Amino acid sequence: MFLTIPVLLGLTVLVFAIGRLLPGDPVALAAGPNATPAEIAAYAREFGLDRPVWVQYTSYLTGLLGGNFGVSIFTRRPVIEDLIAYTPATLELVFAAMALAILIGIPAGLAAAVYRDRWPDYLSRVAALGAISMPRFFLGLLLQLAFAMWLGWLPLGGRFPLTDDPPRLVTGFLTVDALIAQDLSAFWTACRHLAMPAIAMSLSPLATIMRMMRASTLEVMQQDYVMTERALGLSQRLIVTKYVARNAISATLTVIGLYFGWLLGGTVLVETIFDWPGLGLYATKAVVTQDFMPVIGVTLVIGTLFVCANLLVDVLYGVINPKVRTE
Amino acid sequence: MTEPPLLDIRDLHLSMTSFDGEAHVLAGVNLSVRRNEVWGVVGETGCGKSLTGLSISRLVPSPPARYLGGKILFDGRDLLSLDEAGMRNLRGHRIGMIFQDPTTNLNPAFRIGEQLVDVALAADRRNPDILGVAARAGRRARRRAARDLAVRTLAEVGITDAAERIDAYPHEFSGGMRQRVLIAMALIGRPDLLIADEPTTALDVSVQSQILALLAGMVRDHAMGVILITHNLGVVAKACSHVAVMYAGVIVESGPVAAVLRKPSHPYTRALMSSIPTSGVRRGELKGLPGQVPNLIKPPRGCRFAPRCAQAAEACRAGPPRPVDIGGGHMAACLKPGPAAEAA
Ligand SMILES: Nc1ncnc2c1ncn2[C@@H]1O[C@H](COP(=O)(O)OP(=O)(O)OP(=O)(O)O)[C@@H](O)[C@H]1O
Ligand code: SF4
Ligand SMILES: [Mg+2]
Repeated sequence: MFLTIPVLLGLTVLVFAIGRLLPGDPVALAAGPNATPAEIAAYAREFGLDRPVWVQYTSYLTGLLGGNFGVSIFTRRPVIEDLIAYTPATLELVFAAMALAILIGIPAGLAAAVYRDRWPDYLSRVAALGAISMPRFFLGLLLQLAFAMWLGWLPLGGRFPLTDDPPRLVTGFLTVDALIAQDLSAFWTACRHLAMPAIAMSLSPLATIMRMMRASTLEVMQQDYVMTERALGLSQRLIVTKYVARNAISATLTVIGLYFGWLLGGTVLVETIFDWPGLGLYATKAVVTQDFMPVIGVTLVIGTLFVCANLLVDVLYGVINPKVRTE
Repeated sequence: MTEPPLLDIRDLHLSMTSFDGEAHVLAGVNLSVRRNEVWGVVGETGCGKSLTGLSISRLVPSPPARYLGGKILFDGRDLLSLDEAGMRNLRGHRIGMIFQDPTTNLNPAFRIGEQLVDVALAADRRNPDILGVAARAGRRARRRAARDLAVRTLAEVGITDAAERIDAYPHEFSGGMRQRVLIAMALIGRPDLLIADEPTTALDVSVQSQILALLAGMVRDHAMGVILITHNLGVVAKACSHVAVMYAGVIVESGPVAAVLRKPSHPYTRALMSSIPTSGVRRGELKGLPGQVPNLIKPPRGCRFAPRCAQAAEACRAGPPRPVDIGGGHMAACLKPGPAAEAA
């Protein structure tokens, strides 16, 4: 836990360094194709980019302490404002994907283990193999083709129609905000937009969670206490859904934590394909224009979320697994 | 004598298929247990004690197991003809089981009370007297009654502060206390038959005798029949009313403890007794007995003990000797039962 701060600091150094080492002149890019050298120099001065790198870096760090993430040289908007606007969108997507993966993956893995070597097992294993081997962007394109272009059931991309008024901002999660506003039609609209990107992101964690859950369930079912529970007359259903499941889930939890971080980093492609206004799309645009401050900001936010996710998993692990809690 | 036995295993044959082939691991087990009898089942490792116990609860996985013949009559009903649902009606509330290692036999992720309550509720579904709540009582009333029963049962097996300890997790108990919890779990459904598979082997010697005393008290209070599987003839002498000696899947000698231990009549029983001065056989070879346990994939055709038996004769290799009563329910499956052979 106390490693978090040094790790995040290291990340800022890294991104700073990479930014300066890349070929090309971001300031010239931002100032526009017709800018004269004098204009470019003035532009650089405006953002403090004419100072030595280490001065820029230390002033960035002091800014951070006050919650200042710098300014985009492209839009001139403070990065913190963009982060506040885009982070909930990414989180909503990641949570939705993770919820799908957990809600389907855990029961499916349990069922695959219980019906081992029968059709539910074969079906889930084939599906898992397919889901893992299919690249996410390809899956995203297939989904768009099927559900948006051919069937016309779902919107092609975006988070909410520009023509409609979004629900009043409370959490930044459109689905949650719509529910808070008791606006069911907005909720439905938000869900329809969320569906495809969330599915595209969820398949790979779903498959992994399912396989992990299957393996740990099989292992738990070999334990002595399961034999005792059977010997004392508990029904197979109660044993599997209560006594085996909790032990198997606690073994699966680590994977869930890892995947959460993996998804945070992996939103870039999916957000780009589905035009989802989140951190990934924001970072992509910033990288293309060599706009450093947003890139560092996104890196810091994702790093922090990653750490939080792992902390959360540790806590959950203690809740599910009493032995850890007391030790 | 008039009351029929609670459990009557007749000529039970079981095979286990493994990589090497099909092993005939139980080859004619005969055992009958009445209420208030405590049967010690002894024998070297691998002789089939656990499989006999698990067969009664029908917990031997099949495959690899296959029942080749025989009957397991419980209250006059053949358990081998029951399906899983029928067996579940008996487990816990008619037949209780306790296993060897209290550390691995309690689910680590649940408070002990949770497990006790579920066992009590399952038993109550088969016999509403267990909780004694009205048939139309709701789920909550039922759970509360089950919890009260769990607290009482924990207190009965000697757990102090049962009302608080019921909310503890298994790892918060010592080994001996965990075994007490498991005994409470086995007894909460008020079984008529209790099968305890080496319940004290994993415990400290000092705790062993406490647990045995506890079991003995429980048997007396609840008029159960008990099968106590053990390696230790000392345990048999101390805690059992009857004993069955197993060798290579066969019960070679059985009867009242006093009769069998005073007049061991099967050559194997004698070898077992002379090799264990006091403490008991652990896994390994028997002292003073040459040879080793036969391969059960290709067992000897006649008496399974013949290859190691000093008295073996031609007739012994012809076919398996049938158990004969040599007086007062003392049975021996030997063509030349001991003291008689020596006297002759
Ligand atoms: N699952 C199994 N698959 C194949 N063979 C088995 C299996 N379980 C037991 N056996 C075999 O059946 C025989 C009897 O085993 P069992 O567990 O009943 O012995 P035991 O008398 O209880 O021994 P121990 O004193 O070591 O507990 C052994 O030879 C063993 O190898
Ligand atoms: S039957 Fe024969 S071989 Fe078997 S124990 Fe008796 S004397 Fe020995
Ligand atoms: Mg055993």
